[in-house]
Amino acid sequence: MTQVAEARYTWGGDEFLFVEITEGMSLESNFISNSIANALEQRGLDGLVDICPANASLLIRFNPDVVDHRELESVVRSLEQEVRAATSQVLSTRVIEIPVWYNDPYTNETGSRFREGYHQRPDGNDLDYAAEVNGLADADEFIKRHHESPWLVSMVGFVAGLPFLYQLVDQPNQLQVPKYLSPRTDTPALTIGHGGCFSCIYSVRGAGGYQMFGVAAAPIYDPTQKLTDFSDFMVFFNPGDIVKFKSVSENEYRAIQAEVEAGTFAYKQVPFQFDLGAALADPEGYNKKMMEALNGV
Amino acid sequence: MGFNILEPGLSTTVQDQGRIGYYRFGIPQGGSMDQYSATLANRLVGNTRKEAVLECTYVGPKISVTEDAIVAVTGAPVDVIVNGEVRPQYERLELKKGDELRFGVIRGGTKYFIAVHGGIDVPEVLGSRSTYPIGAIGGVNGRAIASGDSIKFGKKIDNGLPIVTTIPESDRPKFGTTMTVRVLMGLYNHNLSDKGVKNFLTEEWTLTPIADRMGLRYSGPGVEWKDREQPFGAGQDPSNIVDAGYAVGSIQIPGGTQPIILHRDAVSGGGYAMVATVISADMDLVARSMPGTKTRFESVTMDQALDARREMRERDARIWS
Repeated sequence: MTQVAEARYTWGGDEFLFVEITEGMSLESNFISNSIANALEQRGLDGLVDICPANASLLIRFNPDVVDHRELESVVRSLEQEVRAATSQVLSTRVIEIPVWYNDPYTNETGSRFREGYHQRPDGNDLDYAAEVNGLADADEFIKRHHESPWLVSMVGFVAGLPFLYQLVDQPNQLQVPKYLSPRTDTPALTIGHGGCFSCIYSVRGAGGYQMFGVAAAPIYDPTQKLTDFSDFMVFFNPGDIVKFKSVSENEYRAIQAEVEAGTFAYKQVPFQFDLGAALADPEGYNKKMMEALNGV
Repeated sequence: MGFNILEPGLSTTVQDQGRIGYYRFGIPQGGSMDQYSATLANRLVGNTRKEAVLECTYVGPKISVTEDAIVAVTGAPVDVIVNGEVRPQYERLELKKGDELRFGVIRGGTKYFIAVHGGIDVPEVLGSRSTYPIGAIGGVNGRAIASGDSIKFGKKIDNGLPIVTTIPESDRPKFGTTMTVRVLMGLYNHNLSDKGVKNFLTEEWTLTPIADRMGLRYSGPGVEWKDREQPFGAGQDPSNIVDAGYAVGSIQIPGGTQPIILHRDAVSGGGYAMVATVISADMDLVARSMPGTKTRFESVTMDQALDARREMRERDARIWS
């Protein structure tokens, strides 16, 4: 790996070790965080409770009655060195198509209830604002930019099963939009949100501070585990998953919802070996390759 | 049968020791907010530490007991009323089929716990019966209890321990209006200015009414952050970071104004800088606060935090012997 600096190690009380790979977000930092998480999982250690890789950091919960915190830190530091020394970074993952109804009435209605005191721009909706701050012509152009290139699940969390998504394009071309001035108390379930450089999919209804662009047509969290995509676990996403949004019409959205209702819906997805070096060397070409894999399904 | 819920109370949920190991998916640990109080209730009714209890918030439920039951109520001070008569807290109570259990007005804290012999029997989800309402899992159909719910008791238990009929005064938790909470500074405390750290550790903070199982928000003089250029992806405010995992018990100060302690149902991550974390031995203490509680944060070392945890474990071992 090209990054030479060491991560920053710090404690979240007597049960959590926090490892900050870098202060700023980057694909490389996310890869290091996930690789350390995977290496630690494989190595195993008595007293490990939870390994939570995040965007550019890693949170590890441990039981201090079982493992000495200094021992844990030294194990993680040595794994960090191994990860940084590795010459190739390949992630066994999958590319998934997520159908989205952009500029839908549900998020627009919710957005209209949280304007004064909540939002930067009282006129128009969140898409109009996002287009404006990114110097794009209008909401339609922003929507196109949002779904034409893939995103990496850089973290799962906040609430059950919510993926944070990092756009797989050169940093200068990434869509960036400030969060709401003050968080909303309501967000429709399956809202496509965006704050800073991250998009997300709100897995459940609730509070939220990200700008709202549309709604996904199918669930990503299903505690009833009815759909086949949830037969193993109630949470759909894993860190490292690659998402390609697909813009759908209201009719297509309703048709997918009917499939979900009937229990027949399954996400279009394909296994993929994601090579970090290749992706960084030619983001556009590599994205094309991922889309070919997905469309070959 | 077991408990027939006549009135649910303000927010009464099934809780146990929590759902550990799914934080990486955003599923919080949950569990009784004041674990010590809950464990005393389980001890009194002859359970193990693991049985699920009912956690009541301010206003408890009104319950018709539909089979003989051994019950205990612990936690925040409140009148326990059986068939119109006040019965003591922190004692083993033998209720008869047809008895009616309700509660008076709470006199401190916010949470009290009802244990029953055999435990509250709802299906385990991911290894726990704890209710996580946002994710609609655990408890009664993934929600707080409601009028008309019938709640079953688990099977009779032999925990192999002598029966305890009362908890001595010296072992009962205190519910005061001032407290000192021990914290381990860390995570993003380096983003605070010297004045910010000083404010945090020397000023008094008052718990606001914005306090629940997810987090507790305090008012006070605020803190000051260092001037710096924000890293890519973090957001413009100096209290913003690139979204990261949140330690349970960690303290964030959005905008630098009101500190928030994340508790057992906390969101698992987000974009606000955490500056310290409540030590594990003091999480129950925080759960015993009520709005208006005057709170000071005392910085301790990791060794002190681990000593406090050891003392907590020793007390637990004594209770369970």
